[in-house]
Amino acid sequence: MGEHTEKIIETARRLLKDNKVDIFIGYRKGSVPMMNEPVLISDPEKTNQLHWDSNCGLNLCNYLTKRTDRIGIVANGCNSRNIVTHITENQIKREQLYLVGIPCTGMIDPKTIRRAVKFREINEVEERDGRIIVKGDGFEESFDKKDVLQKNCATCLHRNPVIYDELIGEKVPEQEGIDPFKDVKKIEAMKSDDKWGFFTRMISSCIRCYACRNACPLCYCTTCFVDESQPQWVGKSSDPTDTMTFHLLRAFHCAGRCTDCGACERACPMGINLRQFTKKLNKDALELFLWEAGLKEGQRPPMDVYKTDDYNDFIR
Amino acid sequence: MTDKVINKKDWAGSLKGIRDSYRTFVPVREGDFHSFRPFEDDTVPNFDFLNTRLSPKSIVYPQSERMFECLTDPEDPEKGILKEAAKDYSPQAIIGIRPCDAQAFRIVKRNFDNPEYRDPWWVQRFESTVLVGLGCGSPCPTCFCTSVGGGPFQEEYLDAILYDLGDRYLVRGLTGQGKEVVSRLQGGGPADEKAGKDAKALASAAKEKVAARLESDKLGEKEVTALFNAPFWEDVAFSCINCGTCTFVCPTCWCFDIQDEVWGKQVDRIRNWDSCMLPLFTLEGSGHNPRDKKFQRVRQRFMHKLKYYPDKYKNGVQCSGCGRCVRSCPVNIDIRNVARLMNE
Repeated sequence: MGEHTEKIIETARRLLKDNKVDIFIGYRKGSVPMMNEPVLISDPEKTNQLHWDSNCGLNLCNYLTKRTDRIGIVANGCNSRNIVTHITENQIKREQLYLVGIPCTGMIDPKTIRRAVKFREINEVEERDGRIIVKGDGFEESFDKKDVLQKNCATCLHRNPVIYDELIGEKVPEQEGIDPFKDVKKIEAMKSDDKWGFFTRMISSCIRCYACRNACPLCYCTTCFVDESQPQWVGKSSDPTDTMTFHLLRAFHCAGRCTDCGACERACPMGINLRQFTKKLNKDALELFLWEAGLKEGQRPPMDVYKTDDYNDFIR
Repeated sequence: MTDKVINKKDWAGSLKGIRDSYRTFVPVREGDFHSFRPFEDDTVPNFDFLNTRLSPKSIVYPQSERMFECLTDPEDPEKGILKEAAKDYSPQAIIGIRPCDAQAFRIVKRNFDNPEYRDPWWVQRFESTVLVGLGCGSPCPTCFCTSVGGGPFQEEYLDAILYDLGDRYLVRGLTGQGKEVVSRLQGGGPADEKAGKDAKALASAAKEKVAARLESDKLGEKEVTALFNAPFWEDVAFSCINCGTCTFVCPTCWCFDIQDEVWGKQVDRIRNWDSCMLPLFTLEGSGHNPRDKKFQRVRQRFMHKLKYYPDKYKNGVQCSGCGRCVRSCPVNIDIRNVARLMNE
């Protein structure tokens, strides 16, 4: 996907020069391997910092919330779906945005790569013809990109942006024959106690840094329920009950809104598989309401709509 | 010299010799990471790591610590009277701490133990802790200890140090407490001349390998207000998502928040790690927040570490170069880049 960089720079420069947008939001190459940094550019001469490769994991939609200027932004599949969600939820207006759509073949997962090279220190990661080449002191290994994708990218069914004003490159074929909910079904099959044990173990290393929440484009509340002090809903110590309360409530706040962009998991410094919470709710949204978040502008999400002709009995 | 050599295969057994005298913490592999855990009978210590995911900061300064307690029972004659909660200050030992994390305790000590202010809990726990270091044979590309007054085999801040010589460790007691620990290690023998030479070579080779730097040489002469009002903060802060990762993984971040928690008739006054990255950190009772904007919070973190702290204590920056924030930041805000901008 590295070849997109030139075109992104060109496009951003043109948009800024022609005064089509006030700012452009994209990524610049990071200072450590497998890491790019979100960047805001307003000077057309500085657009050459922009960069695109398989390490653009953090969802840029985060940076749009309640902005009032005209914004150019790069958007792959999941990012574009979050932008649609943002528009639906009145966090940004469509007419403020110029979306530079990017067909995406997935982001690589730093955790998988580290495991694959047995935790030896990595100095450089390159991408060439669908291969990922990992270099460190005294070793070089290469992997097929599809084997080292972020877990959400491996099961992604919406790689092409759902809305855009301009598309960089050709659309990519969507993945077929994939069951995105395989892991959810495994947990669903567990007994109640085992489920509780599974989730308790899963979050046992949580340090309550809230990186998952803050990396999530859905978490834009001015004051999060965990930060409220009057009343105080959740204790602030590292008590496991409070930690579980945080994770469960946060997940439920994302019901019917999550695009499975994977930003939460990628951001977690402790490697917690946070998507195990949200994916179950995505599955429920799909099964109960035939709903996938952010696919179409103008559609109300199932959790904020009531229809008299709802096909479900329980709601009528 | 009290140097000892111990074969690696005997090492875990050797360590058992100190458990009667110290609550012993060892690195343990947990999933993808290493963490310090109490050395129990079924604990498998694992010393094969670059560094632990979290620093051993919490062993001296727990993420949540009960300071005081009281009861709310109206029948109780002592209702509502805060009393200090019981704390354990029995001797403890951290085995395998990296020299950067040991230096971090010294950096934090200037804040918690100085003529103006003395934090009783931090100080007592620090004083009951013996630090047995593990020299860093392969420093990471994100580490920069040598430019902040440390080094991969810096002995200065440790009580004892381990040199990894392949199939055996050279163990060197450095302080009275450290020598005591070394003497209690079971097995092993006195170090031979070769071990001493190998250790020295290992240390100087490691020092050469630390390539990354934190530039801070010109920061002392800079005006505080000029740095505070510098034009680059908005750009530095743009990508920040205001999570607490950098501050929680940092071995030198010490800020805390105090909360009362009630459970039935029991009240606990707890202090929890806090983070200057979180908007709540400076939110005042009036509703006013002097650091309302993201860039103000990001600026605070770097100004504190690289300008306010050095200006106040005249003893270097508030950073021991472990590189954890560089590795863990979800959006790649890199303290080395920020220091360069500030130092220019």
